[in-house]
Amino acid sequence: MPKRIVSGIQNIGHRVIESVWRLGVASRFFMLVLFKSGTSVRRFNLVIRELYFTGVLSLIIIVVSGLFVGMVLGLQGYETLQKYGSESAVGTLVALSLVRELGPVVAALLFASRAGSAITAEIGLMKATEQLSAMSMMAVDPVARVVAPRFWSGVISMPLLAAIFSVMGVFGGYLVTVVFIGVDEGSFWSQMQDSVDFRFDIMNGFIKSCYFGVAVTAIAVFEGYDAPPTAEGVSGATTRTVVTSSLAILGLDFILTAFMFRGVS
Amino acid sequence: MTSENLIEISGLNFSYGTRAILKGIDMTMQRGKVIAIMGGSGSGKTTLLRLIGGVIEPTSGYVKFAGQVVHELERDALFKLRRKMGMLFQFGALFTDLSVFDNVAFQMREHTNLPESMIRDLVLMKLHAVGLRGAHHLMPNQLSGGMARRVALARSIALDPMLIMYDEPFTGLDPISLSVIGNLIRRLTDALGMTSIVVTHDVQESLKIVDYVYFIADGVIAAEGTPHEVRKSVAPFVHQFVHGEEDGPVPFHYPAQSYQKDLNLENTRA
Repeated sequence: MPKRIVSGIQNIGHRVIESVWRLGVASRFFMLVLFKSGTSVRRFNLVIRELYFTGVLSLIIIVVSGLFVGMVLGLQGYETLQKYGSESAVGTLVALSLVRELGPVVAALLFASRAGSAITAEIGLMKATEQLSAMSMMAVDPVARVVAPRFWSGVISMPLLAAIFSVMGVFGGYLVTVVFIGVDEGSFWSQMQDSVDFRFDIMNGFIKSCYFGVAVTAIAVFEGYDAPPTAEGVSGATTRTVVTSSLAILGLDFILTAFMFRGVS
Repeated sequence: MTSENLIEISGLNFSYGTRAILKGIDMTMQRGKVIAIMGGSGSGKTTLLRLIGGVIEPTSGYVKFAGQVVHELERDALFKLRRKMGMLFQFGALFTDLSVFDNVAFQMREHTNLPESMIRDLVLMKLHAVGLRGAHHLMPNQLSGGMARRVALARSIALDPMLIMYDEPFTGLDPISLSVIGNLIRRLTDALGMTSIVVTHDVQESLKIVDYVYFIADGVIAAEGTPHEVRKSVAPFVHQFVHGEEDGPVPFHYPAQSYQKDLNLENTRA
């Protein structure tokens, strides 16, 4: 019996050491990507090309999801608020929920599953088919040429996608509550304008989405670059990208919210 | 002597952890020759190419390329040296997001400041040399295996390297593509004055085109010689390898305890 306990503890220890070690490798890789980002700045067209794949091609899912999330918020908000006769505050509810929380978080979750997984799979497959080795043998550094442009394209497109998500959500809320249900348009917009603060709400939401952009793409490029060069390896890495970055987004969101809205009533 | 040899390998050892892959390899490779490195799967042939390219470092010994010890070079100097080397990977390793044209132009765009019009001419010339000028607009997924390998060959000669290393260039090709690739290796080596190292286990095809052969088995050079010497060789390993015999110095059976013991027949017989 004690033997089993000992081996159980050893097992836990192994896993902890392994995950800490992996975190260290990931951090070193992240520093390496930053260090080798010079090429991305000098040849910005490499980043622009990736912006198309990570940003522009993610637009459709972001726009549609934003619209529906805003419409649902409008419906639910109206249902509850009308009981207290304050249905005109539904604009405030929709805007604040979107700009502070749902915009950055849901857009980042969608981004992780749409663009993050694609980045991991692409880099992983390039590794598995020896394209990265071939590049390295041609005296071209794959981290500078392949990884860094993808990283920066994700960092740039994430806040923009989150902003578009929030805008579409507000529009969805407007459609449902003002156009379909008939809430007064003037009070919908003016209450929203009164209560949404640029510094506290919009800027904080923007800062959050920047953090999420860095986290998601850093995880995606690391998992791709680190993937075992087999079909199983790449599929496992793609799954890990989605799971790890979703957890990272939610964890980071809590920490950032705790710091940002501390003492703000 | 030194100026004639592009590559000199001396006392080269390499191990992954405690597993020794190469044990004391000595080789010289003359300029302008096609050299084959043969051996069974897992005998350390590809490892040798990676050591020459400086992708991994030897445990001891050295590889000297054009007078420079490869593993002693700093990163920048190593990258500079690699511009003089080309490598053809087993399945071509073409960049799947770039067209055939852009694949061949890749190194020119990365390493030179040539105007686009000149790059265009050079790329078409390289593609013409492998017979695929007409395919310059295709994407890698539209090519057959043999065509992809020819494009990769055009890409590896893009900057007129001094050395090209071919990692299993004949694997999985039909007989026509096989002899096309074989002849291209020979012709390009002669026309461009390069040196070629072909890692392969396709004995018949490679003996037609190479100048010298090294056999590697268990991490050491088991035999070497010109194709003529190799064909005549009576050394058991070479004979088994060249003629593809099932059993010999390389046994058919993986080491195991006695067959009778495994089937529990020893006690029952009595």
